[in-house]
Amino acid sequence: MGNLLTANHLRAYYKTVQGEEIKAVDDVFLEVKEGEVLGIAGESGCGKSTLASVLSFTILPPLYLVGGEVMVDSKNIFTLEKEILRRDIKGKYISVVPQGAMNSLNPTARIKNFVIDIIKEHFPEMTKEEALRRARERFEALSLPPRILDAYPHQLSGGMKQRTVTVISTLLNPNILIADEPTSALDVSSQKIVIKLFVELLKRNIIKSIVFITHELPLLRHFADRIAIMYAGKIVELGPMEEVIFSPRHPYTKLLMSSVLVPEPGMKEKKIEAIPGVPPDLKNPPSGCRFHPRCPSYIEGICERTSPELIEIAPSHRVSCFLYGGKDVA
Amino acid sequence: MSPNDEVLLEVKNLVKIFGSGKSAIKAVDDVSFSIKRGEILSLLGESGSGKTTTARIILKLLPPTEGKIIFKGKDITYVNDRKNLLDYWREVQAIFQDPFSSFNNFYSVKRVLNNVFHLIKNNISKDEKEERIRESLINVGLNPDDVLNKRPHELSGGQRQRIMLARILVIRPSILIADEPTSMIDASSRAGILNLLLDLRKDYGMSVMFITHDIGLAYYTSDKLLIMNNGQIVESGDAETIINSPKHPYTIRLLSDVPVLNRKWEL
Repeated sequence: MGNLLTANHLRAYYKTVQGEEIKAVDDVFLEVKEGEVLGIAGESGCGKSTLASVLSFTILPPLYLVGGEVMVDSKNIFTLEKEILRRDIKGKYISVVPQGAMNSLNPTARIKNFVIDIIKEHFPEMTKEEALRRARERFEALSLPPRILDAYPHQLSGGMKQRTVTVISTLLNPNILIADEPTSALDVSSQKIVIKLFVELLKRNIIKSIVFITHELPLLRHFADRIAIMYAGKIVELGPMEEVIFSPRHPYTKLLMSSVLVPEPGMKEKKIEAIPGVPPDLKNPPSGCRFHPRCPSYIEGICERTSPELIEIAPSHRVSCFLYGGKDVA
Repeated sequence: MSPNDEVLLEVKNLVKIFGSGKSAIKAVDDVSFSIKRGEILSLLGESGSGKTTTARIILKLLPPTEGKIIFKGKDITYVNDRKNLLDYWREVQAIFQDPFSSFNNFYSVKRVLNNVFHLIKNNISKDEKEERIRESLINVGLNPDDVLNKRPHELSGGQRQRIMLARILVIRPSILIADEPTSMIDASSRAGILNLLLDLRKDYGMSVMFITHDIGLAYYTSDKLLIMNNGQIVESGDAETIINSPKHPYTIRLLSDVPVLNRKWEL
């Protein structure tokens, strides 16, 4: 199956008032294939959410696009006119559920008013009644009580709000849904209900692919087809879920996996380890491989000199680490 | 150090009702349990199950509607005077979920930690205080020279939570109530914080009670689990036993909702 979206050499930096650049997304390559769930995982501050903003074209100052392209239908999205982007791409081709979206509902407006606004923005000729009818049908189809539409946000629980926001962001049947930490504020039971909704959206062909951003690897284990691990603005490992979770290659992925806590027999005897050090300041990232100051397999004289490329070490499994070869420009 | 049989804290038939009449909500419904010296236990449940309310009652931040709190053999349910409360808080301390709102933003780390000595008997010299603060910061993996003069907004979530822990180390209470101590920080720093908490028991014989919905965390850290649902404790016992063979239908459902690595998750 084809790619719905391909990002090449994507760079997006934040510019501070002092004129410094924070390299939150730096030379990222990513494909979103039709019908897949792509998980993006990494620590806080690694650029996951920035990547979500860039892929969904919500690049607002102080975030600036510095370079690279995002190809959709062999067209580079960034060359399109703003108005076309807003009307035809945002919300229709790619839709995003931003982080903490459940708290971004207008507290003084009923959900239905928000829904009508969205639909009318993209289909100005549609009547209010028609817009509302469509929304009601969609809510019913996904087994959410349509009475939600008449409610105010404070009348809904956290899990309910998250599901409502998710359904609203897929009202226009986007091909790709980008979900940024949609379950991190929920308890396990509500989390599962939200994940079920995502699966249902895929099954019913309402959306074709999901980019799921999280820091919880056990969740991706059950839900993602491929996983990209991000560190300090770069993708360090990208591969099929099974391989990334059960036989991670990059030292950073290995460490991430060893800090996972799950209630499984035998877990108690295992001593979990924190990753030593802290993620780097992206104003001034380390030279060479950005993980080298924290890396247990650091090779002096190589790692701090050049940045390893993301190379294919197995079919569709890419790693950026000198342990697996790659150009050594000494 | 493993738990011995000395019971430090006991709660008996705790009830808390919010509101009255028709809109009354029973947030805590007949909850009883005890904490032994050096024991680590977790109060587990989903949002709204009453676990934080229980913690607040134990911390004497909220009066119970019914029931008793017995600390070291003394009924302290209705203790209200400042002196006795301070004595109690010297022994029972807490760290909270949100490391971003547990600090006064205008205070430097030094001042936050120095304020701790108001709680402890105050005949310690200034140098001694400084020494103890530095020692605690090093113990939680922070460099004192880096952080002492910083204000909370200059620190990351993991660092702030470590400072809360350094505060605990200065006080050395016998019981620590940890209310979702790691839910707002990264998985990679979570392990560090939890291991530090486990060391508190090993080094000082501190009892720790986790209030959490993270079952992985509870299982990893605790000797004993208390499963809470709708204000009631529906199952309690040895952590190993509950995770391997849960009995109550609610516990079974809760466990099946957690994504784990080696078992299929029914979606």
